[in-house]
Amino acid sequence: MIINGVTIDATFAEAFPMKGTRAIITAQNEKWAMIAAQAMTGFATSVIACGCEAGIERVLTPDETPDGRPGVAIMIFAMGGKGLAKQLETRAGQCVLTSPTSALFAGIDGGIRIPLGKNLRYFGDGFQTSKVISGKRYWRIPVMDGEFLAEATTGQVDAIGGGNFLVLAQSQPQALAACEAAIEEMKKIPNVIMPFPGGVVRSGSKVGSKYKTLGASTNDAFCPTLKGSTKKTDLSPDIESVMEIVIDGLTKNDIDKAMRVGIQAVCDLGSENGIMRISAGNYGGKLGPFHFHLQEIMA
Amino acid sequence: MSALTFTLKTRPDQRVDMSPLVCHSLEKLELTDIAALKLQCGKRKVRVDELFTISGYDNKHIIIKNSFAKLDYIGKDLDGGMIYVEGDAGAYCGMGMKKGAIKVFGNAGIYAGCEMKKGQLEIEGNVGDFLGGALAGNKMGLKGGLILVKGNAGDRVGDHLRRGTILIEGSAGDYCGSRMIAGTIAVMGYTGKFLGHGMRRGTILLWNEPKLSASFNDCGSHTLAFLPMLFNSFSQLHSPFANNENAFNRVQRYAGDMSEIGRGEILVRIVN
Repeated sequence: MIINGVTIDATFAEAFPMKGTRAIITAQNEKWAMIAAQAMTGFATSVIACGCEAGIERVLTPDETPDGRPGVAIMIFAMGGKGLAKQLETRAGQCVLTSPTSALFAGIDGGIRIPLGKNLRYFGDGFQTSKVISGKRYWRIPVMDGEFLAEATTGQVDAIGGGNFLVLAQSQPQALAACEAAIEEMKKIPNVIMPFPGGVVRSGSKVGSKYKTLGASTNDAFCPTLKGSTKKTDLSPDIESVMEIVIDGLTKNDIDKAMRVGIQAVCDLGSENGIMRISAGNYGGKLGPFHFHLQEIMA
Repeated sequence: MSALTFTLKTRPDQRVDMSPLVCHSLEKLELTDIAALKLQCGKRKVRVDELFTISGYDNKHIIIKNSFAKLDYIGKDLDGGMIYVEGDAGAYCGMGMKKGAIKVFGNAGIYAGCEMKKGQLEIEGNVGDFLGGALAGNKMGLKGGLILVKGNAGDRVGDHLRRGTILIEGSAGDYCGSRMIAGTIAVMGYTGKFLGHGMRRGTILLWNEPKLSASFNDCGSHTLAFLPMLFNSFSQLHSPFANNENAFNRVQRYAGDMSEIGRGEILVRIVN
């Protein structure tokens, strides 16, 4: 398949089941809501070493938030429910509770309930109070700038992590420009995050390493500087840079949509802007049960 | 569907226990069975059709017409459905309600909504003492749900209140919020003496400056984030509480009762 001169490989992205949740952070203004959201979703690019994958889903207007203030929706994904709950609580405690004027609310009403402010309340040292409003429990924790308001729980749901596609370009600036265009469009899709810095990862990995202690290592088949030195290069001579976009989402359909708009944005730039191929990372179907076939998505 | 309607024929001299006439108890009964039910009236037991004319068949919606202040226990332990009281209700209206709604178009007597667990009780007129309170000797009053009073309330509103919300558009008498354990009482009018006497936790929300006991300490003026959400939860009510103009988030906070554990609060609106 070729779109606007860009070859879409007959391959698939391989994704795996995760547990996901959403939280809504509000503050006095969008600036401070975003600061808290960025702190909470920091160091959360990959479950390999961060314990979770997290990102900002979108900015919320005051009429979309529970307390009528500007807000940001963030999503966190982890391999299991326990890990997710731990990450959520730690991050909420260190990054949102501490952030001036912030408040924290559930972003998913259904699912299995996991603690959001339920245990953070003990920071109140006995001065904390709860309020049940419209059937939901909120904790009011006295802090030095006033009160930190946090909903007791949020919902944990089944999710999918590791949806991805690779952008293969003639140069590094062209690969990055294409990825930026893709991320811009993908941010408009609800229920997904792209957890890597700016949504783009330049160090895609393969499973395993020659070093026993490492579970993952550089994806040498897509490293342009190794075209002549690795036996299994997947790059033609004209490709000088490869970048990857990884997507976590609540459902397969959400990731499908995000991949479609992202790949389309890349293809819109076309071969005239140095974009040569779109490929995807997979492990022969051994890693995860969710397969996102590029050509089917773009059909 | 036509609501099951009980129209009072004449006002008996003695008080009547209306507790058998609740939606869930009448669910599987024919009109003739309902007519044959016995109600305690003073020391006598009387048939329902001796006191009421019965019409309609939708027992999920009950209307009590010509009601007056001696019809006690209306909607006691109601477990779903809706009861409309056209006239006054006696004592213990909505006591122990688990689900559903009761609307009284007149006044209600003492202990209205006492020990209610869930649901909604709305009283158009005034209400007697111990609204949403606990029965004498019991330790927990209202445990959930919402009570809305459009008129004034008597003394001891929310005595031993455990959870849930009491909204009073008018004024409340003495000892409002006494011995509160948690929950919310909001009074748009004025409150009497000994407000929040012995309260442990919970919130009393006021539109007018109260006379406070010495055991409440001033915590200063604050903008509280939960208040807009609380007011927003009232937006579906047919009440001034649903009106944005009456909502506020800037309050003077008083903590107390310091003679108890002192985790309760009285929040008084600050007019800008």
